[in-house]
Amino acid sequence: MDLIVENENGLYVPEADVYLDPWRKVKKAFISHIHADHCRYGNLQYICPRPSLPILKKRMGPVSVHGLDYGEKTTVRGIEFSFHPAGHIPGSAQIRVAGQGRVWVYSGDYKTRSDGLSQPFEPVKCDTFITECTFGLPVYKWPKQAEVYRSILEWWNENKQNGRAVVLQAYSLGKAQRLIHGLREGPGPIFCHSAVQQMNTAVRKAGFDLPKTRPLTKKLGKEDLKGALIIISPTAFTGHWTKVLKTYETASASGWMLIREAKRRRSVDRGFVVSDHADWEGLIEAVKATGAERIICTHGYQQIFSRWLSENGWRAEELTTEYGESAGD
Amino acid sequence: MKRFCRLIDRLDTTTDTNKKVAYLAEFFDRTEDADKLQAVALLSGRRPVRAVSGKQLRSWAADESGISDWLFEECYAIVGDLAETIALLLPNPAGESSDSLSSWLLRLRNLKKKNGEEKRTFIVGAWSSLSKSGKFVFNKLITGGFRIGVSQKLMVRALAKHTGLTENELAHRLMGNWDPFETSFKQLIYDRDESVRLSSPYPFYLASPLDVLPEELGDGDQWLAEFKWDGIRSQMIAREGRVFLWSRGEELITSSHPELEELGKSLPDGTVIDGELVALKKGVPLSFNLMQKRLNRKRVSAALMREVPVALIAYDLLEWNSEDIREKPLYERREILLSLYNQLNHPKLLYSDAITWNQWEELEEMRVHAREYYSEGIMLKRRDSTYESGRKRGVWWKWKTDPLLIDGVLMYAMPGKGKRTNLFTDYTFGAWDGDRLIPFAKAYSGLTDEEFRSISSFVRRNTLERHGPVRAVKADLVFELAFEGIAPSARHKSGVALRFPRMRRWRKDKPASEACTLEELHVLMKKFQPE
Repeated sequence: MDLIVENENGLYVPEADVYLDPWRKVKKAFISHIHADHCRYGNLQYICPRPSLPILKKRMGPVSVHGLDYGEKTTVRGIEFSFHPAGHIPGSAQIRVAGQGRVWVYSGDYKTRSDGLSQPFEPVKCDTFITECTFGLPVYKWPKQAEVYRSILEWWNENKQNGRAVVLQAYSLGKAQRLIHGLREGPGPIFCHSAVQQMNTAVRKAGFDLPKTRPLTKKLGKEDLKGALIIISPTAFTGHWTKVLKTYETASASGWMLIREAKRRRSVDRGFVVSDHADWEGLIEAVKATGAERIICTHGYQQIFSRWLSENGWRAEELTTEYGESAGD
Repeated sequence: MKRFCRLIDRLDTTTDTNKKVAYLAEFFDRTEDADKLQAVALLSGRRPVRAVSGKQLRSWAADESGISDWLFEECYAIVGDLAETIALLLPNPAGESSDSLSSWLLRLRNLKKKNGEEKRTFIVGAWSSLSKSGKFVFNKLITGGFRIGVSQKLMVRALAKHTGLTENELAHRLMGNWDPFETSFKQLIYDRDESVRLSSPYPFYLASPLDVLPEELGDGDQWLAEFKWDGIRSQMIAREGRVFLWSRGEELITSSHPELEELGKSLPDGTVIDGELVALKKGVPLSFNLMQKRLNRKRVSAALMREVPVALIAYDLLEWNSEDIREKPLYERREILLSLYNQLNHPKLLYSDAITWNQWEELEEMRVHAREYYSEGIMLKRRDSTYESGRKRGVWWKWKTDPLLIDGVLMYAMPGKGKRTNLFTDYTFGAWDGDRLIPFAKAYSGLTDEEFRSISSFVRRNTLERHGPVRAVKADLVFELAFEGIAPSARHKSGVALRFPRMRRWRKDKPASEACTLEELHVLMKKFQPE
């Protein structure tokens, strides 16, 4: 029997009667990271990587939660569980499940290249690897992080010289902190929307070294924000701010920005390719590093990636999950 | 080429039209004439005759990027643009070609004569010497359609900045038949060739959709109302014994309409008429679909001329006695036009009559029922207006009739192009024929992102079959579709073709069984079909 199966509640480990990132309310849930599509409300008990604890508490409020260090093992009904760094966002993990001579790894979301802030991805040996494939298409090849940061800084600088603010749209947990960390040498102050500020506080509490940021409050006027970088989620960037700022430029930082049409659809001035997921080469590299024979592809281009894996000697299959609908990218 | 690529990249970094114009003007200021001319040609939709097919490009690119054909096709389907797919997949060279835009275009132009192997060698060689954005631009030179949000109008604005000439004059000079390999920038912009001048149409003046209440337009006596026809806006030119028929898309369509060429020959020299080319039988317009049959032909058979007879409905007169009369007020131009029409009494020339009305409410009534007159709405033009160029708001309005509505059942869904994973946005809708659904319309737009997400989730959970990227789904969701017209069609299984279908709302209140039937569609079709 398979160690991990899917049922109507989510990914299930029948022998331990626990779930991994369930999408419906369950008794016991192991959580890979605190994005809304992986960590949902209403479970009786949460188990997450220790560095994710402050973030989970901030997002979920008072719930029963237990943290495990990376690599620390816990056993439920004879099945062993542990978290291993996934490099996706601060505190994110892959989940290793072992029992009766079998080892399975569920990747959660991951990227193989270090972003300088999150704990870098560590491959875990296993027989079966359940991998995400958000960007499982060969057109997705990420540019070097340093190059992208340089062009963001150039853009910021140019606008500062013209007396404008720049608005960078980014997901409030993960992407925002990564950018704040990577752009700390920028030419002006960084203002963050309250949703981002809350996550900044939680991420600092979890022990990450994040430079100081200022809250974007309604008291601020155009003059206060001249030359600043504003980090905000796309939905929070409302008419109030367009009126306050008057002249400004907008950008989105996401892997989708690699494709022109995707940028057009967001109607931003600039699109910067910054992704918290593995690109095509990254996915293949991760699959190889696990040494797994059987690969289960989920959320993303699973049909395409599993077909490619099958043609190249793996036993690959698809699994349809409900992740990826509101994920950070 | 590098400078042109940089221009394309920069145009992509802004949605602000003033900035776009500034970037274009800067490009014109800094670029030599030969490349300037080629850029003007490209940005006004003129590119070299296509020497290689999309199929060839796809198979060569798949080979060069070392992936199988199916995987290349998947990438193409998701990116949605062949030029971009290739640029994303192929490796980037260390060095970069410094050849000019015109030299690349010249080689592309000469490619037509080469054999398959030579073509391949050239294309693959080009890919390996160009950067990512260079490859994208190079591929676009072959496939066309830059989609960088630069209309001809913006380009002309930039060119006006660069040359100091007026936009109207430039727009006029850029119209008509010219070939960047047979003229120079100076010739095209400054001294005009006589034979080109002879065939040149005037830039069309386009009406804007009416977005204010008609009452706000003020005194009704100031306004001329005409029916709006669903044909092809055209200009007929008769100069020095020659006749030219231009479509609004700046295509010369004289040869596919010999009966109108006849009409043109009977016009006095030095006459230019602005009108609508329509298919017309016994005084009643035929469907737009039929009309298109003729457009795509170089030559038309006698049978097709009988099946789809065409005529020109004249709206306006732009040139008379070889004099440009666009500055005269509309009522004066129309007076001359009417006397010309009466004098000529030609069966292929019709005059767009003014609608007689007194109150705005009367006109509103006409607009609502426009479809019963085989028209798609009403045009409102200020009686004293001069003939402008492009889409200048305020003096010419189009006031379209409300769309037709029908409820269809979601049958198939396909992911949209170049956007988020697993978001299904392209739908096919069906109508009931007994207990079977027959597809009758496709639509992509009209819903919010939120709704698209929620429908995508439904599609994922209710897929019955997969055909490549297309999912057949359980018949459950109902959508109200809006469309502009309905005509018989032998090409569609349903027997009907809708014009401009789009989703108006998600009918969560309606069970699938209560959506429209094929019979209802056919009744509707017959209602708006002559005979």
